[in-house]
Amino acid sequence: MDNQELERLEALGSKVTEGKQYVVIKLGSEQFGIDIDYVDNIVRMQRITRVPKSQTYYKGVINLRGDVVPVMSMRIKMGMTPDEYTNSTRIIIAKFENNAYVGFIVDEVLQIVNIDNNTLEKPTFRKHNEYDNYLQGVAKENNTLISVLDLNIVVDEGENQ
Amino acid sequence: MDTSQYLDIFIDETKEHLQSLNEHLLVLEKEPDNKDTINEIFRAAHSLKGMAGTMGFEKMKRLTHDMENVFQEIRNDNMKVSSKLVDILFRGLDDLEGYLKSVQDTSTEGDLDSEDIIKGLKEFLEDGGEGADDEAPAQESAAPADNAEAAPVSEGGGFTKVVLADEEKAQVDKAREEGKKIYGITVQLMETCILKSARAFLVFKSLEGKGDLIKSAPTIDEIEDEEFEFEFSMIVATELPPEEIKSLIMSVSEIKEASVELYNEPAGAGAAETEKEAKTEEKADKKPEKKAKEAPKAASQQSNAKQQPAKSGSKHTVRSVRVDIEKLDVLMNLVSELIIAKNGLVSISSIGDAGDDAGFKEQIEYLERVTTNLHESVMKVRMVPIESVVNRFPRMIRDISKKLDKKMELYMTGEETELDRTVIDEIGDPLMHLLRNSADHGLESNEERVKSGKPEVGSIFLDAYQDGNNVVIEVRDDGAGINVEKVKAKAVEKGHITREQAEKMNDKDAIELLFRPSFSTAEQISELSGRGVGLDVVRTNVESLGGSIEARTELGVGSTFTIRLPLTLAIIQALMSEVGNEKYAIPLGSIQTIEDVASEDIKFVQGKEVISLRGNVIPIIRLRDVLNIHLEGEEPASYTIVIVNKGDKQAGLVIDNLIGQQEIVIKSIGHYINNDKMIGGATILGDGEVALILDVNALV
Repeated sequence: MDNQELERLEALGSKVTEGKQYVVIKLGSEQFGIDIDYVDNIVRMQRITRVPKSQTYYKGVINLRGDVVPVMSMRIKMGMTPDEYTNSTRIIIAKFENNAYVGFIVDEVLQIVNIDNNTLEKPTFRKHNEYDNYLQGVAKENNTLISVLDLNIVVDEGENQ
Repeated sequence: MDTSQYLDIFIDETKEHLQSLNEHLLVLEKEPDNKDTINEIFRAAHSLKGMAGTMGFEKMKRLTHDMENVFQEIRNDNMKVSSKLVDILFRGLDDLEGYLKSVQDTSTEGDLDSEDIIKGLKEFLEDGGEGADDEAPAQESAAPADNAEAAPVSEGGGFTKVVLADEEKAQVDKAREEGKKIYGITVQLMETCILKSARAFLVFKSLEGKGDLIKSAPTIDEIEDEEFEFEFSMIVATELPPEEIKSLIMSVSEIKEASVELYNEPAGAGAAETEKEAKTEEKADKKPEKKAKEAPKAASQQSNAKQQPAKSGSKHTVRSVRVDIEKLDVLMNLVSELIIAKNGLVSISSIGDAGDDAGFKEQIEYLERVTTNLHESVMKVRMVPIESVVNRFPRMIRDISKKLDKKMELYMTGEETELDRTVIDEIGDPLMHLLRNSADHGLESNEERVKSGKPEVGSIFLDAYQDGNNVVIEVRDDGAGINVEKVKAKAVEKGHITREQAEKMNDKDAIELLFRPSFSTAEQISELSGRGVGLDVVRTNVESLGGSIEARTELGVGSTFTIRLPLTLAIIQALMSEVGNEKYAIPLGSIQTIEDVASEDIKFVQGKEVISLRGNVIPIIRLRDVLNIHLEGEEPASYTIVIVNKGDKQAGLVIDNLIGQQEIVIKSIGHYINNDKMIGGATILGDGEVALILDVNALV
């Protein structure tokens, strides 16, 4: 199921060949892009086991085909209101160094787009928001703005807090 | 000949021999007259020399050769073991280790040079042994380890020293009656030959059917174990002419020389000696007493020799295969998967209709049994006695003792305690650190010790033992102990804590300060320790292995560092329990009992909740509070309390519900998510749900 979805989205995005591929996700009304190289898998919302005394934005751990993967709420991490799980809620499983996996809960996975890195506008504005550090840049796609996230910074900050 | 493929084996075996030499040399220093030890040393040195020579490492060969000469003299009672001699021998071993390191890194010996050691050894040889005139010792030392095998090395006719037992003599007589000729055959292998036993086997094979083998020296078993130099002898009864036998033998490759001669029984064991004596006639008159002494000794050793290798063989050489640890990891992972799948079946069988089917249940139980056994076996394969790590410590302590000019003794127990291979590999450095700490900071100087009425020689103890699902390693010394006030003062000075904090701090917390990064109380920085990169590194190392470390100390009496390590890393037996509506696993190894306690039996002592259990006052930990589980509801009339222990400390964990015992596979929850160390990992239950594993060591 999960990989089919990824493949379907990849097929959509493959129309354009230049630039880098990003998975576009929705949090509230905003759209964010995640570098597809990080994305291992996209799974549906599932039962999460709470881990006591963890950071507030970590919702707990899930069983991903026999592996235990920590899952964080992207919304809480970005300073938004807590998640409301719906039928379109997904967990994006990202892979980091040393085979470490982390899941990110998002409201919806929209599509996969190609973004030319040169068209990425560096976010020189809005620096007052705490999550602006995670932004790699902003891209414009079909009249909507997509904030491209650097997942490495998102999880690394989590480590320091 | 290309020997690179044997390099790994060479390195491994050389390490083993060096370790054995180190150990026995230590014993020898204490018991200079211990014949077994010197024989063992000689054997190891000899094998080492042989291997180095085969591999073409000339420097190693030369150094071991000279060391061997010294051992030979000691063995023949021509030289006394002195501390100075042991020093130089140890230096020789260090150099050999240096060569080995270089071989390991670059496949060559490097440019290390041991001339001074070789010279030192030569001097000892010249002064030490009164019988060490001329070249006699050098020649003798070329003989292999066992005296019984010493014979074959002298050029040609080695078979003449083969002594036949009665039944073998009978065989000879019988063969003669049948008109067969009895030949003594001595075969010399090329020194470049690596598969010695294989070549020897081919020689035997070539003679098969052509004649009857009556006896071989060394015995077939010894040859199979490669317990011989490049020469072996045999007595064969055959009808073939000697030339034909010779050509048969020479047809095997890597044979240097084969001599086939008619065999005549020697006049008893003395024959060997007479021959030797004839050769050394001109020298013999110089040292007649020695010869006289040697003869009976040789005879007695000959009779021993047969049993000795067999004995040591059964003790040390367990038939083994070297397996890549990664292959074991794969095997382990598969077993883990199997157990998860099995747990899945168990949970289906316990809820669904299938539960009624007795046959199905039976099969599940069978599967359970098999997986448990399989797991245990795989686990055992990965277990290594801790000996392989700790056996280098006595030598280290000896060196430190000399360097610091402080008399000390290391006592070790429980070297046979087994730990997972991955743990073994990592635990060496922390232990070494702790031992050095004890030797350098822990123990007082000899004078101080005498002054305070302690025995002059300091003692350091290294004890390992199993405690439930943990292995405990204790490093203890009978030194001055840790001065808690000094630690506090230092911490204030370094800005770790404020003066007020220091005053309020109890001793236990103060000792904890020692584990802070860059904290060292040594006034002076010494070569051994005191650079401030000490205990915090030890703690980090131990914790990365899933273990814990704590220190206890008594001023003037000594200090103890206790390391606890998990026995197994992957699969454990656990008690599944419910707290609120969440499931947690408590490792069975740390559980003592499970008690039902009425709520009125919970008392307060110093503001903490305790229960009294069979005379013990045990603090209780409400897991709901610790795990931040907030549920409405009245206090129940009684609680289920799991009594756990960490060393001699006990605590009661209050849970809501017991689910039961289960075998669980430990999975890491990754390092991105914090958990206050309370959670030791997670496991996947039969229904796919994730349950967390409580780390009792962190809770108590």
